[in-house]
Amino acid sequence: MSQAIQFDPIRLPPEAEELRIEVRAFLAEELANGGFDPRATILTSAFDKEFSKRVGAKGWIGMTWPKKYGGQERSFLERYVVTEEFRVANAPTAAHFTADRQSGPVLLKYAPEHIKQEVLPAITRGECTFCIGMSEPNSGSDLFAASTRATPTEGGYLINGTKLWTSNAHQSDFMIGLFRTSPPTKENRRHGLTQFLVRLKQPGITINPVRNMAHKHEFNEVVFEDLFIPEDHILGEVDGAWKQATSELAYERSGPERFLETYYVLTELVRVLGDKPDPRAAEGIGRLVAQVHTLRRMSVSVNGMLQAGKEPVLEGSIVKDVGTIWEQTLPDKARSLSAFVDAEPSNRATFDEVLQYATTIAPKLTIQGGTTEVLRGIIARGLGLR
Amino acid sequence: MSEADALLVDATTRIFQDLCDPQTVNAATDAAWKAPLWQALEESGLTLAWVAEERGGAGASLADGFAIAGLSGRFAVPLPLGETLLAGWLLGVAGLDSPAGAMTVAPSRPRDRLTLTSKGTLQGRALGIPFAGSVETIVALASQDGANHVVHIAAKDCVIQGAPGLSGDGRDAVTFDGVVPLAIASLPDGLGGNCLTLMGAAVRAAQIGGALQEILTMASEYAQERVAFEKPIAKFQAVQHNLARLAGETAAAVAAASSAADTIHTIQGLGDAAFFEVAAAKIRAGEAAGEGAAIAHQVYGAIGFTEEHILHRFTQRLWAWRDDFGNESEWAVQLGEFVADGGADELWPLLASR
Repeated sequence: MSQAIQFDPIRLPPEAEELRIEVRAFLAEELANGGFDPRATILTSAFDKEFSKRVGAKGWIGMTWPKKYGGQERSFLERYVVTEEFRVANAPTAAHFTADRQSGPVLLKYAPEHIKQEVLPAITRGECTFCIGMSEPNSGSDLFAASTRATPTEGGYLINGTKLWTSNAHQSDFMIGLFRTSPPTKENRRHGLTQFLVRLKQPGITINPVRNMAHKHEFNEVVFEDLFIPEDHILGEVDGAWKQATSELAYERSGPERFLETYYVLTELVRVLGDKPDPRAAEGIGRLVAQVHTLRRMSVSVNGMLQAGKEPVLEGSIVKDVGTIWEQTLPDKARSLSAFVDAEPSNRATFDEVLQYATTIAPKLTIQGGTTEVLRGIIARGLGLR
Repeated sequence: MSEADALLVDATTRIFQDLCDPQTVNAATDAAWKAPLWQALEESGLTLAWVAEERGGAGASLADGFAIAGLSGRFAVPLPLGETLLAGWLLGVAGLDSPAGAMTVAPSRPRDRLTLTSKGTLQGRALGIPFAGSVETIVALASQDGANHVVHIAAKDCVIQGAPGLSGDGRDAVTFDGVVPLAIASLPDGLGGNCLTLMGAAVRAAQIGGALQEILTMASEYAQERVAFEKPIAKFQAVQHNLARLAGETAAAVAAASSAADTIHTIQGLGDAAFFEVAAAKIRAGEAAGEGAAIAHQVYGAIGFTEEHILHRFTQRLWAWRDDFGNESEWAVQLGEFVADGGADELWPLLASR
């Protein structure tokens, strides 16, 4: 390791704090007129295309992108504020968040001009939903084992194979898929995979639901049978997808969504413990708050360093590792701290309801978007151990 | 700590490298290394960094002082540098001059209280005072009829019951009964009776961050050199994952401590924002100290458990520092009560305001 781990104490700039006031006003208005139901976002579904369109109308999707593609050319720290306020308010962002965070930036970097012109503005209007086609039945954490084939044919490629655990594929318009264009080489097992833009609403694609243990339909199995993809839908270098994940990964790993997924449990815990908690409960709240504050400061710091043109890849992976473990253990700590709260006050029911849900979904938090084990391998590489 | 002066950081680092190398200090059979180190620190103005120039100090910024504290953690400095910084700061805010020589502060435990009687003498006992047995001066906070005063005391006037503490640096019991202070001044408006605990906790969090950074580097290098089962232990995934966890704990401690230091530096006055940030930093850094020390020892195996190896210079200080100026539990109860008092719906605005 050449350099010590650094987290500059970056604060959000004034324009970000002004934006926060606007975002809170928008959310308050939405709540007041029934635009979304936070409880339903948590317990039922975070997918609401009409809500996404209203967010798009505010200019808050793809807000860091160039204006010519519908963006606002605002900073990553401004986007940070929008992301965290929406997350904490339990606003339904699933219809646009994947495109906003990941797919849009990939298109910006690798798509041909006419596709950028077509797709990016639609994303910013909240009209266009993306999913990510990486995992397969025999390729989960080990992405480079992907075997869904892309075979050259006249003018493009034919896709055959199956993607699995594809969140929201059944409600998406596009997928960014990782397909095998060549076998891996002896020297480089990561060689041979290519990223493609896939239009999902066409023949040759079958999408089957895979219900999760919280009884929700988010996951899907996506089967490709001789699906034709035109050549201009290739994103980046043929066989070279492995080179294409550099600093975007730090953004993807270090955002507020990496430790706030079960934040509602903390809010409701503070509510049920009341304004005069006993020392045990107070200590518990204090430790949880110290953790979430620290995670937020780490996360803001990484985003600030990225905005300043640095590449805190190690720091970004650390935020996701520590953050997802925290949000995963939060429900159990809340369960323990609330053990002596009477059932009587009406707010206990709300707490119990969200606690039960968070307990059920907790296992996925350290799996989605890169498992703890994979992240720790990346951190170990950053430390010079491998 | 990005606000800290780069030249000062470099100069401090050089002094520690030259005169406080943990290996050299650990191998020393006498205390001959102490005097030149302290002299170099004094001559460079580091001991009185937080004292204004017109009072004979270096007039460095609060951010600079926290950077010095972080470096003292990184080198496991076994002298009362952090304590002297704090003492100089406390004297300065009350408008008192700092004497030369090493100082410490009291009380260092949140529940210890000293009082100033109407006769102008002190009353009370404070436990776990760092380095009390090896300094000339103790600067204390004492209350009289609800008002807080800063008192400058000659250590030789107190009854000091020595105890090495976890670090061996001294965490002594000091009895102040009947002691007449050399100088007394009231705390300025805007600073409460918790100001010393807040500043002390922020200094300790910075030191913990520094020490964790160092043991992370040391343990990562050691794992690449140490061969077992025919390969460097760094090649074992179990060891890699332990070190990745150590990196996470280090990151959390450094981020929380930097953020608290930045808050104190930026917002003068030690109000609610400083309380929130310092409480969170001392809790999180304290937790990281325990976790991090355990992981580093596990990576080093038996050699790290020897007196001969320098690892204990860091880990024993990590354990001592997490107890000084309020441990995790004490701060967590205070922070939890503060949050509960604000109510559930005020928690997010509070977090987002930082």
